[in-house]
Amino acid sequence: MFELLGIPPQALFGQLLLGLINGSFYAILSLGLAIIFGLLNIINFAHGAQYMLGAFFSWVLLTYFGIGYWPALIIVPLIVGAFGIILERTMISRLYHLDHLYGLLLTFGLALIIQGLVRNQYGISGLPYAIPPQLAGGQNLGFMFLPNYRGWVVIASLIVCLATWFVIEKTRLGAYLRAATENPTLVGAFGINVPRMIMLTYGFGVALAAFAGVLAAPVYSVNPNMGADLIIVVFAVVVIGGMGSILGAIVTGFGLGLIEGLTKVFYPEASSVIIFVIMAIVLLVKPAGLFGRAA
Amino acid sequence: MKTKALGLAALSALLLTGAAYATDVKIGVMNDRSGIYSDISGEGSVVAAQLAVEDFKAKDKGINVTIVSADHQNKPDVGSNIARQWYDTESVDVIADVPTSSVALAINDITKEKNKVFINSGAASSDLTGSKCSPNTIHWTYDTWQLAHGTGSAMVANGGKSWFFLTADYAFGHALERDVSAVVKASGGEVIGSVKTPFPGTDFSSFLLQAQASGAQVIGLANAGGDTINSIKQASEFGITQGGQAIAGLLVFINDIHALGLQVAQGLVLTSSFYWDLNDGTREWSARYEEKMGKKPSMVQAGVYGGVLHYLKAVEAVGDKDATKVLAKMKEMPTDDPLFGKGAVRVDGRAIHDSYLFRVKKPEDSKGPWDLYETVATTPADKAFRPLADGGCSLVK
Repeated sequence: MFELLGIPPQALFGQLLLGLINGSFYAILSLGLAIIFGLLNIINFAHGAQYMLGAFFSWVLLTYFGIGYWPALIIVPLIVGAFGIILERTMISRLYHLDHLYGLLLTFGLALIIQGLVRNQYGISGLPYAIPPQLAGGQNLGFMFLPNYRGWVVIASLIVCLATWFVIEKTRLGAYLRAATENPTLVGAFGINVPRMIMLTYGFGVALAAFAGVLAAPVYSVNPNMGADLIIVVFAVVVIGGMGSILGAIVTGFGLGLIEGLTKVFYPEASSVIIFVIMAIVLLVKPAGLFGRAA
Repeated sequence: MKTKALGLAALSALLLTGAAYATDVKIGVMNDRSGIYSDISGEGSVVAAQLAVEDFKAKDKGINVTIVSADHQNKPDVGSNIARQWYDTESVDVIADVPTSSVALAINDITKEKNKVFINSGAASSDLTGSKCSPNTIHWTYDTWQLAHGTGSAMVANGGKSWFFLTADYAFGHALERDVSAVVKASGGEVIGSVKTPFPGTDFSSFLLQAQASGAQVIGLANAGGDTINSIKQASEFGITQGGQAIAGLLVFINDIHALGLQVAQGLVLTSSFYWDLNDGTREWSARYEEKMGKKPSMVQAGVYGGVLHYLKAVEAVGDKDATKVLAKMKEMPTDDPLFGKGAVRVDGRAIHDSYLFRVKKPEDSKGPWDLYETVATTPADKAFRPLADGGCSLVK
């Protein structure tokens, strides 16, 4: 059998598939960030904490209310999204006229507070959350064992990403949103309630983070810092894709997952750095990001 | 916490006026109160120290004990500052707990310089009683040598001859892999590969797949905390244990298993110095602890109890809190408490007691949320820790 750089191709396919799965998480999370930045001009540092809340609320629903994984996929994003809307109305909306830095500092502070509160209540070790029985087990693909749940994660995130992209780029509602970003005063003059639209957009971005949190709960450790560990990488993904670019966030999310997966085979020690190396190169060559428009 | 400490101080001041010849002892419990080790140590260790004072009936014996606590945030510089402040201006006599080896090694030096007492429970590094040993340090609960030998040799003896390591890519992970590899080879096994995983990591599936493809009988997890939880959770997802490969957790605490749930963690083999359900003594004490903390104690918290209790017994026996005399007494008296049983403190500062190899129960065998382990083997105190002569400690002649 032939080998590719010392790795049998079958192992390589396996790793590429795993990379794609990680890419799904990057894609959903960076999509939420990109939407919020694109339409609100807020760098939402609380995104990781909101992702963590998604995973925690799935646990809360299961433990205290006996509500399982499938309903949680819908209910949790609604709850956390509503929570996001409250944050937007009471705090974030006051900062729109100020520099980006203020929004960043506020959401960073919020993230620390949310993580601290959860840690205080549930401790740092985390909480158990099992894979739903319908998706337990896996398929032998010949070159690797693919757990059913991982397959589901890729499908679910692809659907959500594409639906979001479609709504924003191809529908009338999306056109209003994009117009409101360009010129809120003018759009308001046409009788559209711009503040409400912005509020709902933030809520939607937060709900996306929570959705990723529910998807992550059965496979990753559900602990207060789970979002903080991931958010830095996701920010790098957004920067590479181009701040605020919807398509860029999706494509780079999946793409970087693949590249990271390959690094884990060829040189595992570098796998946590590779994304930042790419970010540095992209910023040097194309400062607006791969899909971003130069300001 | 400060008000509590002040209250205790005021209380002991009041008592002091009552008993004219009382000894005042101040114990500083220093650990991680907000970060990754806050569940295994944290406030629980303070509660354990309070229980030790309660059980010792310190007041009746004319010893006024004050307990203070602080968060070292897992940073050696923060820990060093607190230790100096405690020793220099707040007349702290003993520092207890201190997880995170780098902080523990810093406190080890400061305590020696100030000639006070350091009872470590939370740190793993066996250097504390080896090349970095100090006459003022007692290492109570566990260390890397014990973990490596406990789990490593037991797995090889049970037929796990070939090993593959998932190693957290920093000093602790490398040291653990090195120690366990040595044990595996010495016991007649072989190491067929290892992969260094970035720390901290979230997704271990790629590394687990490499371990699976290696065909090793045992996959050793030379990592800790969230890394361990994530790797075990994902190993279960990829059907690794069902495929016949065993997973060996090399530093696993009961809080980790509780966080994983039995469905995922079942079958995992691990070494520990303490489990709440060992005997009547541990059950009774853990029930009292649970009343205050709402969960069962980890071995680190139990170790704070054992260490503080032994210290207080030595203070009583000496009738003074002079560090040199008390330390000599602690090493001379045998140790005996309900949690660790009978043992001793060696000249290098290593407290020795039995060590246990546990297997995580199947969900159907568990009777409650903390009913997690079954005992596979018990290593007697004199075999559980590194032989005195092998540590390279300068105090050993």
